[in-house]
Amino acid sequence: MRLVSGDAVAAATLLERRQAIVESWPKIRRTIGRAVLYAVIIGGAVIELIPLAWMLMSSLKPNWELFRIPPTWIPSRLAWESYPEGLTYLPFGRYFLNTGLIVVGTVLGQMLAASLVAFSFARLRWPGRDVIFLLFLACQMVPQAVTIIPEYVLFKWLGWTNSFYPLVVPSWFGKPYFIFLMRQFFLTIPREYDDAARIDGCSNYGIFFRLMLPLSKPALGVVAIYQFKFSWNAFFRPLIFLHSTERFTLSLGLRLFHNVEGGGADARWNQLMAVSFLVTLPVLIVFFFLQKMFVQGIVITGVKG
Amino acid sequence: MRSLTIRQKEMRDGYVMMSLGALGLLIFVIGPVIAAFGISLTDWLILKPPTFVGLRNYRNLMDDPLFWQSLKVTSTYVGTSVPLGIAGAFAIALLLNQGVKGIALWRTIYYMPAVVSGVVISLLWIWVFHPDWGIVNDLLARVGIQGPGWLYDHNWALPTLVLMSLWTAGGSMVIYLAGLQGVPTQLYEAASIDGANAWHRFWHITLPMMTPVILFQLIMGVIGSFQVFTPAFIATAGGPANATFFYNYYLYRNAFTVFKMGYSSAQAVILFVIILVCTVIIMRQSEAWIYYEGQR
Repeated sequence: MRLVSGDAVAAATLLERRQAIVESWPKIRRTIGRAVLYAVIIGGAVIELIPLAWMLMSSLKPNWELFRIPPTWIPSRLAWESYPEGLTYLPFGRYFLNTGLIVVGTVLGQMLAASLVAFSFARLRWPGRDVIFLLFLACQMVPQAVTIIPEYVLFKWLGWTNSFYPLVVPSWFGKPYFIFLMRQFFLTIPREYDDAARIDGCSNYGIFFRLMLPLSKPALGVVAIYQFKFSWNAFFRPLIFLHSTERFTLSLGLRLFHNVEGGGADARWNQLMAVSFLVTLPVLIVFFFLQKMFVQGIVITGVKG
Repeated sequence: MRSLTIRQKEMRDGYVMMSLGALGLLIFVIGPVIAAFGISLTDWLILKPPTFVGLRNYRNLMDDPLFWQSLKVTSTYVGTSVPLGIAGAFAIALLLNQGVKGIALWRTIYYMPAVVSGVVISLLWIWVFHPDWGIVNDLLARVGIQGPGWLYDHNWALPTLVLMSLWTAGGSMVIYLAGLQGVPTQLYEAASIDGANAWHRFWHITLPMMTPVILFQLIMGVIGSFQVFTPAFIATAGGPANATFFYNYYLYRNAFTVFKMGYSSAQAVILFVIILVCTVIIMRQSEAWIYYEGQR
């Protein structure tokens, strides 16, 4: 077949176009890949956020709207009254106070005790040190179910049931998890500082209190916010050790609220969601503003673990 | 008499400081473990002194259908939520490691559920998954699917709790992300030069380098999942029809509502042994697939 010049030009451009598509195929594929990537990430993020968003939306709905079928997403009006009503339905102010006390007690205890014990592992040399450190780590893995019954017996014998002591006192001995964390951090501080202090006649306790602790603010911060989250959200131990309602923590208060109200078609879900949101808020705020510390804590123990 | 040398003081102070932690271990871990073994050999209803009964509690447990139900529920839960949780969190971390923009934002969003208390999550789950008023069935209805009774349906209650654990699994994503970012880029460059494609790079570099992290998460996940309590207690009270009758839930009921201290201690000891055996098995088995950087 003989090509006329016009056809030749047409054929040439067709060929060019096909060439262009073939050459840019990797780029197209990459763009599609990128789009899918973002779609999945965004999709996952939406799924993670929906329950929390629903909690917020429900807290602002007037009671009748909670049980509308099908459910509405945006409240017909912002029923802010759920918040004060929920908080006073049960003495949540008191529960906030109780939880706050426990948090302060445990956070201070861990920061002091865990770092002191960690110091002995990181900085001082004594026979059996590394073996005993492994023992500490092993004890971290003992399930709580095993220790809780004898602990209950012990505290009952001490007369400490229905008080905050069983919840706070153990923190003043140091949790292996935090001891490990502080030790890892201490190991990164140059020994020259210690040696200089020793030459100046500083005792080991002096080195700990006046040198190590001030230098360890980031790690202490990690211990503090992790223990804060742990104590604030705790449920199992408070459930077992606290019996009279005026000693309840926020977790116990929420559960009581749900028990009293039930889950039926006239239950105050909006108020329950409102209080739940307020209870979550402090941890969310701490987490949001101190994110780097949360992540650091995880990384130190999770990655190098 | 000369006072102690610096070395001697180091030893003395070391022991003293460590003893604070050691005392705590003795009182709150080692002592209780030994005591738990001892109490499990007694019949003790806490108001009266205990009576020694040998292995009777263990024999009774073997004949107790609720014991077996709780084991079945808990093992199913562990067997599904741990692998799925690890896979999901790892996958998200992989995605986020592709040079995605706004990593700080995504990390925040995916980690947030892990910060919420178990009580709040359980209550929220009752509400979100409510068959009549919850959004899940609403969203399903919009695509034409009739949603099940979730926490009220004995076939769906446990899967719903597994979903709950997956929702919070985003927290461990941060660990995988940190691990991924620690893989040296030279390895990838060298592999690319040798002609490896994305799949090869993942299978021969990324995955082996991440195996220590994955192993750690696996063990911690198994230990943690065996002890799940709060969702069973708050969201389902062990039901419906004992579908979510978790091991710890039954233990709690025996120990702190009917105060059968001996019986529940036997449960605790068995749980301890199960977790120990699982951990040892996992660690032994891991030698087949784990890769430590310093080892070759």
